[in-house]
Amino acid sequence: MAMSVKSSDPLVNRHGLLARMRRGSTPYLLLAPTMVLLLVFLLYPLLSIGYFSLQQYNVSQPWDNGFIGLDNFRAMLADDLFWSSLVVTAKWVVVQVGLQLVFGLVLALIVNEAFRGRGLARAVLFSPWAVSGVLTTTIWLLLYNPAVGVNRYLADLGLGEYGTSLLASGDTAFWAAVLAELWRGVPFFTILILADLQSAPGELYEAAQVDGAGRIRRFWSITLPHLRNSIILATLLRGVWEFNNVDLLYTLTGGGPANATTTLPLYVARVAIDSKEFGYGSALTIAAFVILGLVTVLYLKLTNFGREPNE
Amino acid sequence: MSTVPTVTERPAAAGPLATAAPVRRPTAERRRRELRDRVILYVPLSLYVIFTAVPFYWMLMFALRPAGSTSLVPWPITFEHFHTVWVGAGFAIFFKNSVFVAVMSLILTTFVALLGGYAIARYRFRGKALFLIIMLCTQFIPGAMMLIPLFDIFRTVGLINSLGSLIVADTVFQLPLSIILMFGFIRNVPVELEEAAWMDGCSRLRGFRLIMLPLMRPAIVAVGSFAFINAWNNFLFALMFLNIQDRFTVPVGLGYMLGEFSVDFGALAAGGVVAALPVVLVFAYVQKFLVQGLSAGAVKG
Repeated sequence: MAMSVKSSDPLVNRHGLLARMRRGSTPYLLLAPTMVLLLVFLLYPLLSIGYFSLQQYNVSQPWDNGFIGLDNFRAMLADDLFWSSLVVTAKWVVVQVGLQLVFGLVLALIVNEAFRGRGLARAVLFSPWAVSGVLTTTIWLLLYNPAVGVNRYLADLGLGEYGTSLLASGDTAFWAAVLAELWRGVPFFTILILADLQSAPGELYEAAQVDGAGRIRRFWSITLPHLRNSIILATLLRGVWEFNNVDLLYTLTGGGPANATTTLPLYVARVAIDSKEFGYGSALTIAAFVILGLVTVLYLKLTNFGREPNE
Repeated sequence: MSTVPTVTERPAAAGPLATAAPVRRPTAERRRRELRDRVILYVPLSLYVIFTAVPFYWMLMFALRPAGSTSLVPWPITFEHFHTVWVGAGFAIFFKNSVFVAVMSLILTTFVALLGGYAIARYRFRGKALFLIIMLCTQFIPGAMMLIPLFDIFRTVGLINSLGSLIVADTVFQLPLSIILMFGFIRNVPVELEEAAWMDGCSRLRGFRLIMLPLMRPAIVAVGSFAFINAWNNFLFALMFLNIQDRFTVPVGLGYMLGEFSVDFGALAAGGVVAALPVVLVFAYVQKFLVQGLSAGAVKG
C-alpha cells in the first residue's frame, strides 16, 4: 500500500532522492491513518464539547434536551462544588508534583551511583510505574483498612488505636490519597531524571572535583542546571497527568468525605458517569481546559523553559 | 550487605593531604568517607525500597493466606481466593476482554505509529513541524475531559458496550507519544543504511522490512509495551463505555469489587494480583530499555 514507491532508478544520488521525497505524496499517505484517527476521535470530540456546553443534554432524560445558551456556565459559577473543586485540584497537583519531584530526584541520584544490586534496586523502585490507578486503590485500601490493614498490626504493638480509618475524615483522606499516589508516581520522575543524568557532563564533574568542590556543591552547580529543562518538562507533563488523575480518587475516596478530595476532573467524571448531565459536564470541561491552558502558559513563562543552563 | 571496600591497611605513606588530585589513597580518613558515602546511599535507598515493596507484599499476603487469617506470613498458602475471583466474580471473562483490548490496541498503535514516525523522520513535507507540535500538544488533553464527547461519538456509531470503543480510544490517546518515540528512534538510524538497500534494487518497503525493522526492535518493544500497559490499565473509558458485565475489563471488575458493601479482602487481593501480573511481566521485560530509550533523546522531541 502506502510504502510501495519503487525506486525505478537504482542509482539515486542523495540530491535526486531528496527532490523525489519532496515531490511525493507518500508521507501524507503514511500519516493518513494517524490523521483520520486524531481528527475523528480527538479533534471532533474537542469541538463538540463547545457545542454540548450550550445544550441541556442528559442521556437519561432526552425529552428535555435542547439549546439553553449560557445557562450551564451560569449554573457553574453559582456551584459551590465547582469552586471548592478548583482549590482541591490546585492543592492536589502542587503537593503531588512537588513531592514526586523531590523523591524522584533523590532516588535518581542514588540509583545513578554504581553499587552492588543496582539492577535489582532499579527494577523494584520502578515497578509501581506500571500499576494502574484502580490497582493502586486496591492495594492501599488493604493497607488503610481499619480492621485488617497496617493500622491494626500497629495497634497490636501498642502504636495507635484500633479502628481508626485514614479515609474517614476529609483532612486525612486527602493525605492518604497523596501517599498512595506518591507510591505510584515517584518512578516516573526517577526514570526521566535518571535518563537525563546519563548525559550529564562527566568532564565538568572531574574539573569540579579537582577544584575541590564537594558533593553538594557539584549537585547545585552542575547536576541541577543540566537537569533544568527536563525537570521543567517533567513537572509540567506530570502536572497535567495528576490533574487528569481520576482513577485513583474515584475509586479510593470517591471524592469524599464531604467532597474534600473532589478535583475538577473528578467532578466532571462523576457528572458524566453518574448523573449523565452531559451539557453541564461539558461546561465544566471547558473551564478545566481554560484553566489548564492558562496555567501551562504561565508556568512555561515563569520558568523560562528552553533557556540553556548558565545562560 | 558487606560493601566496605577491602583495601589492605598500610602504614599511611600518604603525602601532604592538601593535594586534591584524585589519587587513590587507602588512608583511614578515606575509608571513613567511603563508609559514610555508603551509608548515605544505602539508608535512604533501603527505606524507599521497603516503601515500594511492602504494598505489593501486602496484596500478595491477602491473596495467598486463608480467609480470616491474621498472620503476616501467608502460610499455609491457599489459592481459594483466585478460584473465587476467577470463577465466581467473572474475572475469567474480564481477563479475556482485557487481553483482547490490550493486544489489539498494541498492534494498532505500533503499526500506525511506525508509519507516522517513518514519514516524519524520512520525508520532507509541508506541515511537518506543525504536525510535531500538534502531537506534543495532544499530551495536554486529559482523558477524563473526553469522556462525554467520546461517549457521544461511540453512541452515534453504535460502539457503546463494544470492546471496539475501548480499542479505538486507547489507541488515539497512545498514538501521539508513540509517534514521537518512533520518530526519535528512526531519526537516529543513518539513512545511508536504507540507501544502500535501495541501491541494491530494493523497493522502499522491502528496504524498510529488511534493514529498518530489525534495527527498530527496541523502539517497537518500547512503544508496544507502553500501549499494552496503558490499555490494560485504562479504567475510566471502560467504565464509561461498557455497561454490560460480559464486556467488563479487569480494572472495571476490580472497581466494582471495591465498591461493594462488604468487601471480601482475599478475593479483592487476588483480583489485584490478576490485574497486576501481565503488566508486571511486561514491565520487568522492558524496564531496562526504559532508561536507555528515553535517554536516547526521544523525549526531547
